[in-house]
Amino acid sequence: MRWIGDNLDVIGGHLVSHLLLAVPPIVASFLLALPVGWLAGRVRWLRAPLLSAAGLLYAIPSLPLFVVLPLVIGTGVRDATNIIVALTLYGLALMVPATADALRSVDPRVVDAADALGYGGVRRFLTVELPVAGPTLLAGLRVVAVSTISLVTVGAVLGVPSLGMLFTDGFQRNIMPSILAGIVLTIALALVVDALLVALGRLVLPWTRPAAAAVVAPTQAEVAP
Amino acid sequence: MIEFTCVTKQYPDGTVAVDDFSGQFPPHQTTVLLGSSGCGKTTILRMVNRMVEASSGTITIDGENIAQRDVVPLRRSIGYVMQNAGLLPHRRVIDNIATVPLLNGTPKAEAHARAEELMDLVGLDRSMARRYPNQLSGGQQQRVGVARGLAADPNILLMDEPFGAVDPLVRRDLQAELRRIQSELGKTIVFVTHDVEEAFTLGDQIIILANGGQVAQRGTSEEILAHPANDFVAGFIGLAQGERTLHRSPDGGGVLVDGHGRAVGVLAEEPAP
Repeated sequence: MRWIGDNLDVIGGHLVSHLLLAVPPIVASFLLALPVGWLAGRVRWLRAPLLSAAGLLYAIPSLPLFVVLPLVIGTGVRDATNIIVALTLYGLALMVPATADALRSVDPRVVDAADALGYGGVRRFLTVELPVAGPTLLAGLRVVAVSTISLVTVGAVLGVPSLGMLFTDGFQRNIMPSILAGIVLTIALALVVDALLVALGRLVLPWTRPAAAAVVAPTQAEVAP
Repeated sequence: MIEFTCVTKQYPDGTVAVDDFSGQFPPHQTTVLLGSSGCGKTTILRMVNRMVEASSGTITIDGENIAQRDVVPLRRSIGYVMQNAGLLPHRRVIDNIATVPLLNGTPKAEAHARAEELMDLVGLDRSMARRYPNQLSGGQQQRVGVARGLAADPNILLMDEPFGAVDPLVRRDLQAELRRIQSELGKTIVFVTHDVEEAFTLGDQIIILANGGQVAQRGTSEEILAHPANDFVAGFIGLAQGERTLHRSPDGGGVLVDGHGRAVGVLAEEPAP
């Protein structure tokens, strides 16, 4: 425990670096998956190839990807951009199918109603389909967030600072508290971000709150003759 | 006045949903399209706001061919009430009702004030304004649907089996409310149903459809009951089965029985008002 007390500044620095590496890919994969998922739902023959391609991204082993990617995009191996781009690809692998499914799960009667009311195509997508798909999108995003926070640690092997360094260093120098702190903090960070996403969901998807979904007794308007 | 002239709808797979339908829907009246499922009645209704595009023929509203109008403003100018209400699940009751005025750029306060008036009109308590559709009963949702259809004060209201999914008691209640609202507002209503009683209750004019949108008979409920055009109509409205042929019960007491001898009502002493 003393090791932890003595190294709070190091741990804190790694925690911040970890977040800075994890948040951009989470946000980027969410935003980039929207048009791709929309396209997969819109153009029937594109659906299967797009979803397969997204799934294949996840099959790329992470360490080789981190090493090869700089050759493709021209960054250094230890560059944060390298990690962010690689993790965005993994995020897309999860988020593209999740987005396509979420948009497909929107009740066609709701879409039909929006058309009949006189929504134009773009407005219908942004203000009806997207919010109604919200709960399913959020479920996908939560998986991406947790998975990304966990994957950031792989960067430590290449020397990119994150909580992963607490265990790579810990193993090399045989410091058990460091290893434990790295593992526990990574899990804790994932849980906190997940909880924040759930809270954000409550805020922007108010109609899905349990209180809102409760069935209420018919009121007098219903009972009146 | 909505007028269909030789309108046909054929789908790409060759199915003909509506074959050469012509007909008029007079202003300020309720015209009911009555028929069993698959007769093309919903297709005819949905061609009025171009949710379905006619394959041939012309549809005019007040003499103007709707094929030449932009589809989005056309739809916003026509009220539409659908089965299961078709409410937007992520918007509160008040915003659901105000949808079309808000789409048209009406300031929010004004649109909401109008929506509250409509809640009164359709018999919804204003305290429900902030609820979401999933917090309402089926009948309440349907009232919201009717209010939403009326929000932009359209001349035309299309109603596609709007009361088909609510229980019979609530349905009767909603039918009575619609009659009251119509007597106040005098909209041009096109109402689709497969329920003969509902058609007779609501329709100033009833168009009975056979398959492919073929008109079996059109007229008022009295005309159709008195002179069914053919066996199909007589069967459809229940004349052939004796359900509407009423006699005094041989047991006396003013009880009326149908052709099967089932008691269906009592004879009033005074003539109907």
